[in-house]
Amino acid sequence: MDLLVSALLVLARWDVAAALLVGSIGGVVIGAIPGVGPAVAIAILLPATFSLDPIVGLTALLGIYGSSMYGGAIPAVLINTPGTAVNALTTYEGTPMTRRGEARRALSLAYSASFFGGVFSVVCLILLSPALAWIAPQFGSREIFLAALLGIVLVVLAHRGRILAAGMAASFGIWLNTIGLEPIQYSQRYTFGQSWLAGGIDLIVVVLGLFALSQAFVLLVEPDKRNRANSVSGTLFTGFRELLRNKRVASISSSFGVLMGMIPGVGEFTAQFLSYTYAQKTSKRPESFGNGSPEGLIASEAANNAVPAAAMIPLLALGIPGEALTAMMLSVFYVHNVVPGPGLFQHQLDFVVALYLALLVLNVLVIAFLLSSTNTLLKVIEIPTRFLGIAILTLSFVGVYSLRNSAVDCAIAGGFGVFGFILKRLNLPIVPIILGMVLGGIMETKLRTSMMRVSTPFDFIDRPIAFILFLIILAVVASHIRQSLRNPKRNRNSQHVK
Amino acid sequence: MESTDNQLRNGTVVFQILFLAFALFLLSQVGVETKYAASGGFAAQPRLWPAIGVTGMVLFGTAQIVKCWRWPIPAAAAEVFVWIRALEYLAWFMAYVAVVPVAGYLPSTVAFTVLLTVRLGYRSLVILLLAAALGATIVIVFKTGLSVRVPGGSLYEHLPGGLRSFMILNF
Repeated sequence: MDLLVSALLVLARWDVAAALLVGSIGGVVIGAIPGVGPAVAIAILLPATFSLDPIVGLTALLGIYGSSMYGGAIPAVLINTPGTAVNALTTYEGTPMTRRGEARRALSLAYSASFFGGVFSVVCLILLSPALAWIAPQFGSREIFLAALLGIVLVVLAHRGRILAAGMAASFGIWLNTIGLEPIQYSQRYTFGQSWLAGGIDLIVVVLGLFALSQAFVLLVEPDKRNRANSVSGTLFTGFRELLRNKRVASISSSFGVLMGMIPGVGEFTAQFLSYTYAQKTSKRPESFGNGSPEGLIASEAANNAVPAAAMIPLLALGIPGEALTAMMLSVFYVHNVVPGPGLFQHQLDFVVALYLALLVLNVLVIAFLLSSTNTLLKVIEIPTRFLGIAILTLSFVGVYSLRNSAVDCAIAGGFGVFGFILKRLNLPIVPIILGMVLGGIMETKLRTSMMRVSTPFDFIDRPIAFILFLIILAVVASHIRQSLRNPKRNRNSQHVK
Repeated sequence: MESTDNQLRNGTVVFQILFLAFALFLLSQVGVETKYAASGGFAAQPRLWPAIGVTGMVLFGTAQIVKCWRWPIPAAAAEVFVWIRALEYLAWFMAYVAVVPVAGYLPSTVAFTVLLTVRLGYRSLVILLLAAALGATIVIVFKTGLSVRVPGGSLYEHLPGGLRSFMILNF
């Protein structure tokens, strides 16, 4: 109870409330605009949050992260275009429902399922906090190294069908992170004698280039598109009643979201895939999936909205981001000298619970906003895509230039923007680059620290958690190799040329 | 259509070859650009992690090329031309970066959004006004409201006293 009161005190500030409001509503709006997405918005806003208190900055960013998927469901249902990438499965069910005149029902279900998933995950995490506070300190350097290694392995293997490209990108990220002066021997690495490389390449500059500038280039180069969505009439509350009739699917899907969110490198797509498959397999009408099944819609939206809160666990408890958005948030901690990791759960559990409570409030704010303002929100879907490109390009300048007022940073970000543009055009993965940069840095430091206390390789895994993590890594890699050997024919047969 | 390890999009092979060439160049430089420390163990070598990263780039890059070696290679020229078209907008961005410290954040941003809107083919007065409003709003939100660090333009120095400091501080 004391913990809860203490957490509420952390939140009970006007600036936190304002950040929460702006972040959550801004997130919904951003999510509703196809072609923008939370990664672009967080990348742009990141430097602006550095001057704020960590709780204020993180609340605003969490607001965008947690609410964008709510907004993303709107174009997914109404115009068959997912607002954010993770709303793609929603189009399978939402669009057919809209076509048969059930747009209101589909939107209402999407909102209620998202709300259920979001609240379910926050409640789970608040209940899990004491256990996490107990387990987090058991993670020493070698356990964190192995968890980061597991994160890299999973993020590569999670890119099914693009594993080699993901491996290439993750390795590139690991290399990028090593550029500049290293902190032990103070030697230069890959600076080629250039002073502007001596300080290394800033993660935020890379993030802004790969996510924001690249997206601006995509929107500016591709033909202009203007989406049209018809307004929705009638109440949007009915979805809650229908959700109650499908509470099993909603609960299991949210649980998949929580579980997958907690594992670094996995995230929304796997959670959605598992919950959607589960819903279809256990449905009395599996044939309706893909043709406007309410259960499929619930599975998709509940699962992806349960992920953001859970994705904060590896970040807060171990300092290991599981995906690009939490990797960006990590920099907010670093700027304020708040070190996420076992110590945070041990000494600042009220801060952690405050973040969870903020997520809880966020879900309430978002659902209230959506239930009252969906038709107003449809206007943003109609913004021409090239005009959006201009907005993102202009906003990217603030993000990069405000870091150090450096034109060199802008040039580097621009270079990464073009690189990200090419990757997007070729549908090659970008996220592993960011995770390679962040996790590569963590692995380097933790391996160095842990090897000081290790005399033989076996000593490295002589503690229970380290041993379990090692076994998990082996199992994940072995299962992937087994799967690849089993299906070589299928892989060969799927060759297509555009 | 999703591009996978088993599928080639136009330009993929060009990208893979360029990436592998870059990775091989980095690998050739590992001895020059990183240091081997006589003292300290294996994990403390400054060379270790750059080498891991670059070796991974080479191995995955090679595997990628080997895997698609016998597949029909789609035409790449049109796609490469699209990549080059992105450079035009990079040039716009860099010009904007260069102008801000001189002309000031507000005038540069409004000019940038309006000119780019014209460049993209929009001609209606409404959308041009919207572009100007977009530029002004971004400046007001970030510089005036959130006080992000963007320096005042050197042209502001020529403004009269009170207005000069007001502009430097807010716009």
